[in-house]
Amino acid sequence: MAGLVAGMMVEGRCNLIRPSMNFVELNRVSVRYGEDGDGTLALEGATLTVAPGEFVAVVGPSGCGKSTLMKVVTGLWPPTAGTVTVDGREVAGPLSIVGMAFQNPTLLPWRKALDNVMLPLEIVQPHCARLRGERRAYVEKARDLLALVGLKGFEERFPWELSGGMQQRASLCRALIHDPSLLMLDEPFAALDMFTREELWVALQDVWLARRPTVILVTHDLREAVFLADRVLVMSARPGRIVAEQAINLERPRRLDATYEPHSVAIMHKLREHIGATRSGDL
Amino acid sequence: MSADEAITKVPARPRRHSRLRRKAVRSALPWVVIIAIFVLWEIVVRAFDIEQFVLPAPTAIFASGWEWRAEMLDNAWQTLMTTVVGFSFAVIFGLIGGVLFGSSTLVYDGFYPALVGFNSIPKAAIIPILVIWFGSGTVPAVVTAFLISFFPILVNVAAGIATVEPELKDVLRALGAKQWQIVQKVGLPRSMPYFFASLKVAITFAFVGSIVAETMAANKGIGNLMLVASSRFEVPLAFAGLMVTSIMGIGMYLVADFIERRTTGWATRGVDAARAPRA
Repeated sequence: MAGLVAGMMVEGRCNLIRPSMNFVELNRVSVRYGEDGDGTLALEGATLTVAPGEFVAVVGPSGCGKSTLMKVVTGLWPPTAGTVTVDGREVAGPLSIVGMAFQNPTLLPWRKALDNVMLPLEIVQPHCARLRGERRAYVEKARDLLALVGLKGFEERFPWELSGGMQQRASLCRALIHDPSLLMLDEPFAALDMFTREELWVALQDVWLARRPTVILVTHDLREAVFLADRVLVMSARPGRIVAEQAINLERPRRLDATYEPHSVAIMHKLREHIGATRSGDL
Repeated sequence: MSADEAITKVPARPRRHSRLRRKAVRSALPWVVIIAIFVLWEIVVRAFDIEQFVLPAPTAIFASGWEWRAEMLDNAWQTLMTTVVGFSFAVIFGLIGGVLFGSSTLVYDGFYPALVGFNSIPKAAIIPILVIWFGSGTVPAVVTAFLISFFPILVNVAAGIATVEPELKDVLRALGAKQWQIVQKVGLPRSMPYFFASLKVAITFAFVGSIVAETMAANKGIGNLMLVASSRFEVPLAFAGLMVTSIMGIGMYLVADFIERRTTGWATRGVDAARAPRA
């Protein structure tokens, strides 16, 4: 807790000098669902900052408002109180610089894998205007991306012809195709078996190392958080607040077995205690 | 290796044969059923000596239809045209209306009750009014076919668009997509299976509409032919008119079915796989 407060103060001072220091900034953000103000309070005074190119994981007990956090940052849901700033501008509506992936692959069933991956290009500028003229280059890019996550040869398959893990890979490609500077991942691996999940962690790390987008990953898998993130934020039970943070100083590229080494295990234990504390505090 | 092949191949061959045979049986089955119905009908009419003006035998119906084939073809063409024109308008306005109703809650809340109220009026009751407005003939038949087949198309397209998964919408909204882009990229393609399902219902309705209108206020068309035939007690000819109508109905249904299978194969083939990860 003390570490978090100190960190915030340092960040705060930096902001005065160089406001572009943080890519994502949430300042005392609260979200209350329902129209007349007596609905569920999903977030309360959530404050966090993410540096450009940083990989941040958010963990917490279920129903703590992690998904609400995602919606607030991407502008899909307006905060009831507080401010959200992304890339130096206050968020007022959906942002187009964001790539999103969810727990469900949410691929469009009438589009082949390649066309699903290319969907953002048909919407986001400047790609949208260029797509017609430079279609070949864009198709090439989508194919490269699919190959990067191990889907070479599956470009012309429909989603139902792919396994759950493959669909999720395609969904990740779709989140990345328009080179988003902010990648929002809402438990993207939660529905997969452990082996597929681990494979995708490695694939995601490769992509991140190659392109360095800012990533906010919501998860309830501590190993996932420790393997992937530079920093792990712990959220309290509803209404959600950031109650602790933990830097993960492991070398990149990380190896899967590194998550079983004592240093990583110790971190996971610590995170676990934080989450346990928020839950017992709630009761 | 060769032993494996022998094991896998031997049972596979007869199975493929039986599958082919089953396919042949399945495609022959509708014809068998139709012929059986006609045979049974013929037998019943002859065995109980039923009068021709009560229930004509299929042979009498076919003979009468053949005798009046020129008139039959002429009137069938008229009915087919009025139906197809009315139906085409229904498809266009049903699609546009469905998109509006499905994508805007404001439109839905405001107009839906009125639309339901209008739709609950029996269309046959409107025909006299249409005759006052347009005179008797082709126009009331076209309008009736349109009115009766427009509603199911609109409701289905609207349902397809309105029930798009919120996550699918979020994917596009997070990219900064406008409402019309969401409708274009997700809503419309997703509503296509609903649309085609409604077409099969709507085309049958359209025939009902045009023939009822022809019976009430026209001097041409299958409906008119049947009216004239029954007023002359030429019951076999009236039945022949029914049969021609049903053949046209089947034909249009098959066209809709063909287009559906060519364009929305993902929906029927992909249903299980698409739902699996969600479950």
